[in-house]
Amino acid sequence: MRVVIAEDLALLRDGLTHILHANGHQVVEAVADGPSVLPALTRHHPDIAVVDVRLPPTFTDEGLQAALAARMQLPGLPILVLSQHVEQLYARELLADRNGGVGYLLKDRVSNVGQFIDALRRVAGGGMVMDPEVVTQLLARTSGMQPLRDLTAREREVLGLMAEGRSNAAIAGRLFVTEKAVSKHINNIFSKLGMPPSDDDNRRVLAVLAYLNS
Amino acid sequence: MDRSVRSTVWQQIRPGALAAVQGLAVALLSLSTNVALFALSVVSLALIPALGIGFALFPAVTVLVRLSLTAQRRLSRWTGAPIASPYAPVPAGARLGTWQRFRWVVSDPATWRDFAWLIPGAVTGGVCLLAFVLPAYGLEGALFVPLVLYLTIGWYGYGVFWPMDNLVKAWLAAPQGWLILAGGLAVAHWLVWLHFRFAGFFLAPTRAQELALRVRHLAATRADTVDTQAAELRRIERDLHDGAQARLVALRMSIGLAEQLMANDPARAARLLSEAQETSGHALAELRHLVRGIYPPVLAERGLNGAVQALALTVAPPVDVDVDLDLPGSPPAAVESAAYFAVAELLTNVAKHSGARRAWVSLVHRDGVLRTEVGDDGRGGAMPDAGTGLAGVRRRLAAFDGTMTVTSPPGGPTVVTMELPCELSSRRTLPSSGTG
Repeated sequence: MRVVIAEDLALLRDGLTHILHANGHQVVEAVADGPSVLPALTRHHPDIAVVDVRLPPTFTDEGLQAALAARMQLPGLPILVLSQHVEQLYARELLADRNGGVGYLLKDRVSNVGQFIDALRRVAGGGMVMDPEVVTQLLARTSGMQPLRDLTAREREVLGLMAEGRSNAAIAGRLFVTEKAVSKHINNIFSKLGMPPSDDDNRRVLAVLAYLNS
Repeated sequence: MDRSVRSTVWQQIRPGALAAVQGLAVALLSLSTNVALFALSVVSLALIPALGIGFALFPAVTVLVRLSLTAQRRLSRWTGAPIASPYAPVPAGARLGTWQRFRWVVSDPATWRDFAWLIPGAVTGGVCLLAFVLPAYGLEGALFVPLVLYLTIGWYGYGVFWPMDNLVKAWLAAPQGWLILAGGLAVAHWLVWLHFRFAGFFLAPTRAQELALRVRHLAATRADTVDTQAAELRRIERDLHDGAQARLVALRMSIGLAEQLMANDPARAARLLSEAQETSGHALAELRHLVRGIYPPVLAERGLNGAVQALALTVAPPVDVDVDLDLPGSPPAAVESAAYFAVAELLTNVAKHSGARRAWVSLVHRDGVLRTEVGDDGRGGAMPDAGTGLAGVRRRLAAFDGTMTVTSPPGGPTVVTMELPCELSSRRTLPSSGTG
């Protein structure tokens, strides 16, 4: 895959480049500030962009703004947003265009290289990836409320993994159960929560997140 | 009379009637206490040469004077412009009867301004009696009391007719009464107002006293702020020491050991490395938590507007929060952070204690004041002084001369209004380096 990186700290920029190279991907450009993000993306049309939320010159949410602007100009361009902290607000904004090809992860997740590369691949393939922290926060907020209280512990686990954007196969692998068991759990969840079932992974993530956010 | 007409008439009369009663209260209070206190003051001053009895007596009389005048200052609220208290707190150790107390009392200018007020105050307070007497006299005429008295005892006078020597003049008491009543009610308010305006010259703090009071307030809030800051730093130090720092030590140990085992026991080395991975994750999570408590990153990235929006999304258990933001610029970072933490604390209270289903937050900046309002439709009955949460918010705001008012009748709604004086600047950028 051809990747554009936007990260201001040289140490992390080099680290990311290194990890991507080692996994057979090509970093076509690595930029270090907000204003360079959009030109780099239009120039290279990469398979995916990895963008840090906070970038110079303002050190506010310059990177996130650039990512959102890029999604407007180049619809469907896969973007994985990295940050030192996660905010429900940002997750909401990134998911707002409902186009898929979006990821939002804590920077620490990069250290688990296998999972990071997997997330990168899923986003590049048009999937959605949410940081477990976003999902945990959402579940923690709402777990005491009806009808989420009616879910079994296992169902809640499955719900969390669904919200992170994982496929049935990945959920099955994670929980050491068969895919059939997973889809049974999912059917139960959808009927308990009164949500229309959906086979499309992206729509499923959106539905689950929207449900938890409402 | 029709009910609505009656209520309009009452609305016309009410302020005058109220002022008449107020005038009576002012007159009674100042006539009775001022004169007595003046006499006591003079006697106690005169007794200073007499075996020094006055040294102990005068401060005691001053206590009474201050009590009475504090009450009179409180009454000045009626005019809409309350007179502030000029008194400094009694220094520690200056008990009644001590020489130190006497020195403090006589060197406080407020003592002598109070003393100077006693007689003039009794005079203008006496004039306030008119506020009551005029309408009362008018009422007497208006209700035909003079006519009745004229007919029964044959001799009476009212208004301009002294005595009334025929029935026509006795009848004319009524229109005179109406005039006097109307005039009395009209001037009553102004009499009371004039009295307190005049009182302000003696009883209000002088510019120097105002500044002294202000300095005292600032010193107190600064001491509070410094204490709070120190406690915060201490907490951060402890969190770092026991948390992230300890985990980094463990991390280095795992990595060091893994390095050593790499050649001979690669399987164990791998296990140690994955342990190290996990430890570093915990350390980072702790640091994130700590950073959020010091200065929330979202505040740095989005300013107060965005940070409050982000807060509203994380209230647990979920409450429907309406956010109404009207800030054209950013307050100074420190004020922003104080407002943010205040809103966070209040929203947590709403979610945990109020039983509310809906809440709202509004941010407005007007006339140099950032006004933040947090309200909910919960059960109310929040005590602004109970619990450390609200007290903590108040302390945080006091550092910036900010205030907090809570209205929370039983049954709700609860509305907390915070006001922080500050100027707005256009959206700032962080000059120093930082990264997310």
